[in-house]
Amino acid sequence: MASHETPLDPVLDDDEMSRRDVILIAAGGFTAIGTAAALWPLLDQMNPDASALSLATTDVDLAPIEVGQAVTVVWRGKPIFIRHRTPEEIEQANATPLDDLIDPLARNVNLPDDAPATDENRAAPEREPWLIMIGICTHLGCIPQGQAPGQYKGEYGGWFCPCHGSQYDTAGRVRIGPAPENMYIPPYAFTSDTKIRIG
Amino acid sequence: MAHPSTYQPRSGAEKWLDERLPVARLMHDQFMTFPTPRNLNYWWTFGGILTFILVAQIVTGVVLAMHYIPAEDRAFDSIEHIMRDVNWGWLLRYSHAVGASMFFLAAYIHTFRGLYYGSYKAPREVLWILGVLILLLMIATAFMGYSLPWGQMSFWAVTVITNLFSSLDAIVPGLGTTLVQWIWGGFAVGGPTLNRLYSLHYLFPFIIAGVVVLHIWALHVPGNNNPAGIEVKSPKETVPFHPYYSIKDGFALLMFLLLFGVFLFFAPNLLGHADNYIPANPLQTPPHIVPEWYFLPFYAILRAVPDKLLGVIALVSSIVVLFFVPWLDTSKVRSTSYRPVYRWFFWAFVVTCIALGYLGSQAPEGWYLFFGRVFTIYYFAFFLVVMPVVGKFERPRRLPGSITEAVLGHAEQPRSRKREAVA
Ligand code: HEM
Ligand code: FES
Repeated sequence: MASHETPLDPVLDDDEMSRRDVILIAAGGFTAIGTAAALWPLLDQMNPDASALSLATTDVDLAPIEVGQAVTVVWRGKPIFIRHRTPEEIEQANATPLDDLIDPLARNVNLPDDAPATDENRAAPEREPWLIMIGICTHLGCIPQGQAPGQYKGEYGGWFCPCHGSQYDTAGRVRIGPAPENMYIPPYAFTSDTKIRIG
Repeated sequence: MAHPSTYQPRSGAEKWLDERLPVARLMHDQFMTFPTPRNLNYWWTFGGILTFILVAQIVTGVVLAMHYIPAEDRAFDSIEHIMRDVNWGWLLRYSHAVGASMFFLAAYIHTFRGLYYGSYKAPREVLWILGVLILLLMIATAFMGYSLPWGQMSFWAVTVITNLFSSLDAIVPGLGTTLVQWIWGGFAVGGPTLNRLYSLHYLFPFIIAGVVVLHIWALHVPGNNNPAGIEVKSPKETVPFHPYYSIKDGFALLMFLLLFGVFLFFAPNLLGHADNYIPANPLQTPPHIVPEWYFLPFYAILRAVPDKLLGVIALVSSIVVLFFVPWLDTSKVRSTSYRPVYRWFFWAFVVTCIALGYLGSQAPEGWYLFFGRVFTIYYFAFFLVVMPVVGKFERPRRLPGSITEAVLGHAEQPRSRKREAVA
C-alpha cells in the first residue's frame, strides 16, 4: 500500500559489491537460461514437423512429355515446373548475355552456390532440353503463368507472374522485377534415362 | 483527468465491496462523472463505436468458432456449412466479416481525427502510441481471420504476406527462408499454417482488448483533447461523461450501426472478393490478387517500390512512422483548425490515402504505377518533411482564450446578463 513507507533495506542499499550481488546475478542468470530453455520448445514446435519432412521425394516419368510441352508436379507442397523446351527456346536462353540478367547466379542446389546462371547450369545435366525448377515466383511466392498452352508467357517467352508482374525467360531466369532471383532448381537426379527423383 | 472521487456507496453491500475491491468506484469515477470537455464534436464518438465493434467481433467470433473447422481440407466446407446449415449462421458470419470492415472504417476515422486535432501531442504521446499499437494488432488479426475461410484469396494473401519475410534473405542469406518456413510449419502454406493462424486469430482480439484498457487509462490521465486543441482551464469547461457523452456516443453508434446494417443486410459481399468463394488451390494463383479494401493503401505502397526488400521496408515504415508523429510534428498548436498552412497538407494527405487505396486495387503498370509512386512519396513526405518543417515556419491563427470562448465565441458572462442578451 502506497501510504505505508517501506524502509530501505540497509544491506541492499549498499553500493559495494557484496555476496548478495553475487547471489542476485547468479539467480538472474539462471532464470534467463531457464526461461530460454523453456521457450525453445514453444518456438521450435512451429518448424516443419516430421510428417512434413517425410514427404521429401517425388518421382516423375518424363517419357510422355513431348517437345514444347510442360507439366507441373508437386514436391513438398510446392509446384515443380517441368518444361521440355524447343530448340528455339534453348537457343534464346543461350543467346542472352549474363550481363543482362537481374540475378547472375544459377540458383541450382545441385551445383556450387556461385555457379553462374548460364542455360547449361539451369537445365538438366547433359539433357539441355529439360528445365526442372520450383515454379514459385521469387518475389512473394505466387505461381507464374506459362505452363498451360495459351497462357501469356511474358516478353521473354518463359513465365509471367500475375501478382506483381515479374517475368522470366525460357531458362526460368528473372528478366523483369520485382522478383529478385531466378526461380530455384530443386535437388533432383535421373534415376533412369527418362525418370527423375526430386528431393 | 485526475478528479476527486464522488462515488457514494448506496447500500451496505456496495460499501462492503468498495472497501475490498473498488470496481464500482472505478466505473463511477471513470465512466459516469468523468469530466469531459464540453465542446467535443461527433468525431469524438468513434472511440465508443470501436469499443462496441471489438466486443461484437469477439462475441460473433467465439460463436463462429463453435462451428468452424481449422483443417486444410474442411475449413472451406465448414464456412459453407455455417452459411447454409447452422441456425443464423449466415448472420453471424456476415456480421463478423462486415464487422471487420466496419472496425477498420471506424479505426481510420478515429486515427485521422487524432491527426487533425493534434491529439498525439504532449501530454498524450503514450495514448497515441497505444492507439497505433492497436492498429497494428488489428491488422494482424484481420489478416489471420481472412485466411480462415481458406478460399483462393485467403490462401494467396497468406502466401504473399508471409513471403514478405523472405525479403530478409537479402540481408542475411537464408534467414528469411528459415523464418518463413517456421511461420508456415512446412515448405509451403498448408494445413499447419491454417491451424496456427486460427489459434492466433482467437488470441489476438483479447490482446487488443488489453491494450484498449491501457489506451483508455492513458486517456483518463490527461483527459480528452478537444476540437480547439486547448487545455481545459476550469471545471466549468467540462461536463460529466454521463449523461452528456454517453447519450451522444450512443446516438452516433446507432447511426453507425445503420450503415453497418446496410452492408450486412443488403450487400454483405460487396467489400469482399468473389474469388474467396473458390476453395484454395495451392497450384494456381488467381489472375488478380487484391487484399481487403482496408489494406489497399499499404499494398499500393509495397508495389510502388521496384525492389523487394525496399518495398517491404516501405510497407512496414508506412505504419511504423505513425509511432513517431508526436515528435515529428513541431507545431505548438494542436488543432489543425488553427493552422492555415498545415491544413492544406493535411487534406492532401487524406486524399493521398484514398488515392493509394484506389491504386492498390489496380494492376501496377503504366499510369497506375506512376501515380502509386507519386502518392507514396507524398505519404512519407507528409510525415518526414511537412510535419517538422511547416510546424516551424507557419504562423497559426489566434487561439481562443478558453474552451468556453471557442464554443460561445466570447468568454462566459454572468447569468443575469446572458438572459438579458437573449431577451
Ligand atoms: C479484433 C477482432 C476481430 C477481427 C478484426 C476479425 C476479423 C476476421 C475476418 C476479416 C475474418 C474473415 C471473414 C470472412 O471473410 O469470412 C474472420 C473470420 C473468423 N474469425 Fe475473426 N475477427 C476478430 C475476432 C475474432 C474472435 C475473438 C474470434 C474467436 C474465436 C474469431 C473467430 C473467427 C472465425 C472462427 C472465423 C472464420 C469464419 C469466417 O470466416 O467467417 N474472430 N475474422
Ligand atoms: S509474387 Fe510474383 S511478382 Fe510478386
